[in-house]
Amino acid sequence: MKETTVTEKLSQVLDTIPKLLLDHAKKRADRPANRLKDLGIWQTWTWFDVAEEVRNLACGLAKIGFQRGDKLAVIGDNRPRLYWSMVAAQALGGIPVPLYQDSVAEEMVYVLENSDAKFAIVQNQEQTDKLLEIKDRLPHLEYICYEEPRGMHDYTQEFVFYYKDVQQTGRAFHGENPDYFLHEVEQGQGSDISIFLYTSGTTGKPKGVVLTSDNLIITARNSIDFDNLTCDEEVLAYLPMAWVGDNIFSLAQAYVIGFCVNCPENPETVMTDLKEIGPTYYFAPPAIYETVLTKVMIRMEDGGRIKRSMFNYFMELAKSVGIRILDGKHVSFSEKFLYSIGQILVYGPLRNNLGLSRTRLAYTAGEAIGPEIFEFFRSLGINIKQLYGQTEASVFICAQPDGQVKADTVGTAYPGVELRLADNSEVFYRSPGVFHSYYKNPESTAETKDAEGWVATGDAGFFDEDGHLKIIDRAKDVGRMTDGTMFAPKYIENKLKFFQFIKEAVAFGDGKDYATAFICIDIEAVSNWAERRNLAFSGYTDLSARDEVYDLLQECVESVNADLARDEKLSGSQIRRYMLLHKELDADDGELTRTRKVRRRIVTEKYAVLIAALDDPQQTHCEIDSQMTFEDGRTGIVHADLQIREAECHKTQLHTRAA
Amino acid sequence: MEKKIGEVLLSVDHISLAFGGVKALTDICFGIREKEVFAIIGPNGAGKTSMLNVINGFYHPQEGEITYKGIHRKQMKSHDAAVQGIARTFQNVALFKGMSTLDNIMTGRIIHMKRNLFWQSLYLGPARKEEMENREYVEDIIDFLEIQAIRRTPVGRLPYGLQKRVELGRALAMEPDLLLLDEPMAGMNIEEKQDMCRFILDVNDQYGTTIALIEHDMGVVMDISDRVVVLDYGKKLAEGSPDEIRANQDVIDAYLGVPH
Repeated sequence: MKETTVTEKLSQVLDTIPKLLLDHAKKRADRPANRLKDLGIWQTWTWFDVAEEVRNLACGLAKIGFQRGDKLAVIGDNRPRLYWSMVAAQALGGIPVPLYQDSVAEEMVYVLENSDAKFAIVQNQEQTDKLLEIKDRLPHLEYICYEEPRGMHDYTQEFVFYYKDVQQTGRAFHGENPDYFLHEVEQGQGSDISIFLYTSGTTGKPKGVVLTSDNLIITARNSIDFDNLTCDEEVLAYLPMAWVGDNIFSLAQAYVIGFCVNCPENPETVMTDLKEIGPTYYFAPPAIYETVLTKVMIRMEDGGRIKRSMFNYFMELAKSVGIRILDGKHVSFSEKFLYSIGQILVYGPLRNNLGLSRTRLAYTAGEAIGPEIFEFFRSLGINIKQLYGQTEASVFICAQPDGQVKADTVGTAYPGVELRLADNSEVFYRSPGVFHSYYKNPESTAETKDAEGWVATGDAGFFDEDGHLKIIDRAKDVGRMTDGTMFAPKYIENKLKFFQFIKEAVAFGDGKDYATAFICIDIEAVSNWAERRNLAFSGYTDLSARDEVYDLLQECVESVNADLARDEKLSGSQIRRYMLLHKELDADDGELTRTRKVRRRIVTEKYAVLIAALDDPQQTHCEIDSQMTFEDGRTGIVHADLQIREAECHKTQLHTRAA
Repeated sequence: MEKKIGEVLLSVDHISLAFGGVKALTDICFGIREKEVFAIIGPNGAGKTSMLNVINGFYHPQEGEITYKGIHRKQMKSHDAAVQGIARTFQNVALFKGMSTLDNIMTGRIIHMKRNLFWQSLYLGPARKEEMENREYVEDIIDFLEIQAIRRTPVGRLPYGLQKRVELGRALAMEPDLLLLDEPMAGMNIEEKQDMCRFILDVNDQYGTTIALIEHDMGVVMDISDRVVVLDYGKKLAEGSPDEIRANQDVIDAYLGVPH
């Protein structure tokens, strides 16, 4: 009788992940919860199996010495067993701390130390070795448990355990104490700390974002309502477990609604696995969509003439018709008919090939996505949308509602999220997903989150005429021009960089009368273009000084200006004068970071002469000698006489929509 | 942990091999012990590959005797060597270029398949069961060598380093007792070499396979071998542990050259 009362209670308040798990194990015991491709075959675990696996693991951990409040580090690729580890820790009132699996041992020290991890469950020998290497410096770390036994039979340390052995112990423990697990799960509450997620920390040390069960579960519930997710979704978990998105998409949402999470065989097989699973709901950063598009285009170039013209014809059709169908707008009968032929000949096979046949909903976030990439997937009938989120918000701050999708906004405030813009355009939000605190870092917590729960994002943005938020730059980089117009360099640079001929761009305008820009051509794209026109050139410097190339780039700049003119707030920051730099910006010369981000300060100092020339409307060209580092490490001086061009600026066109 | 090196698995006694007037091998003796990694090194044209070809029965030496698993033999056919558990890879990858990785490795299982053509072409009953068992073994190897991502890719399209790995997979599929590797690292970059070293050691460790390898890259040989034999102009110059070989003056002379 005792058992029923406990489970009854659980079904009333499903406010933690382990409680949700037990609920699913009862209600949809034989539905798939996890799949993993192993030895070439998809292995399936039902919700019932998962509950059992988690229980055995939790009991085993408890037997070894896991106590409430203990931290459990989880390191490895997306594996069902590692997800279960997180749930097992939560069931025991502990806190999982997923780490980025590709970090080197040295980088793991800080997170493991800061989080006081006492246990670690890792994927394989590689991760175990990393931990053994640094274990001496981690006084808290007492136990290491590995999932894959390969190569591990020589590890005889008494603190190293095999996952299945722990579960075996747990099974026996459960036999002796059948109420223990349920009792532990029952003690959990929504307000309990559910997870630590370390932000990668581009500046300074990583910060451990503390999220509660309520944060994750309420956010997951809101998102399920927002996108009408059901228990029949299939997702592929392939993004790092240490990233907040994976915890929402592959854990919280799956446990709330009960859909199936599939784990790839290994990181290299993701594309094949994607095709086999055919996820209905998919997340990828813009770079992945971009790679896919490039691959398709390159392969089509190699196709026969008939195929190629068929592809081009139907893709052109899809651009106008497919997008309207997705947005639920009017489509004439003949258009519908042609589109359905395209569906059979092009769209269907293509989607199947990309593994997106069943994809009902796809998200992208993190960076600006090129409009043509966005358009490509939408025209194929894949409902790709953008969202704006942060670890501190349990992902969701803004997202695009169905039918209101645009390439250059991140959508409207998410259900339950309040948004506010500060005077300097910085975005602030308040939501049920707002993080508890930064672990052991009250100063940073106070800096980011105020007493009323408003969180500063550090990003600057504004609302467009439909109430969609546009993120334009980091708040600290946004400046003002002399007439008071807002100047967001990265926004303009990104727009320029969407053109294939432009590799890098640096825009200037803070405290100036008009905006100017340096542009670096993409040598591959432009030389290809030049070759097709029989334009001879000797190298980068020569090519970028050509009038023909300037003419080519003029179009790009002017179309960016036309784009900027559509926004009242940004119209003033159209690029009036620009020049093509004589050399590529290079990390070896200190002009870029190693991750290829422009170092604005260094570029400004180094090319002060050029900037001055751009600012002086009288000058039409400028000479410069600049030092550059060759690939073999030698340095040399490059002399160049750079032409300055003026670009046409457009009048503000209010209330015109982007196509 | 010290690994257990057992009795002599294969011994080579006074082997001499000549092609017409050219003496490829002269009076070579050595023994390969169970579970060890044994390396044969030497400058170009020293007779390394000939030695390997003698061991797996492709060449028939004019003089001398080979004892494998306690059985003396003078002449042996290559396919008999295969059945008796000697597998090899080649200096120039010898895979079926048009077939997938999976199919290539499956060919390594042929000596373990007993059903006749009739049953196999029907793919019924026992033939099907047999295929499934062998496929499982092959999948284990694919997992072991971390080549899941290229399971269905025709090997002709793969980069060289991966082809070498597939070839190793095919040799492993035979479940050999003695694995002969002919320059497993030739033409590889540093990273591929490191991977290959790890796989060789893992094979030795996990499957307990005895490995005899020929290699040019001295660094690699010294790092992974238990014992090394050095050949020069078809003669045995030295034999011993990597440290002994490194200190051996004859070997240094042979590799660096001495004024005559």
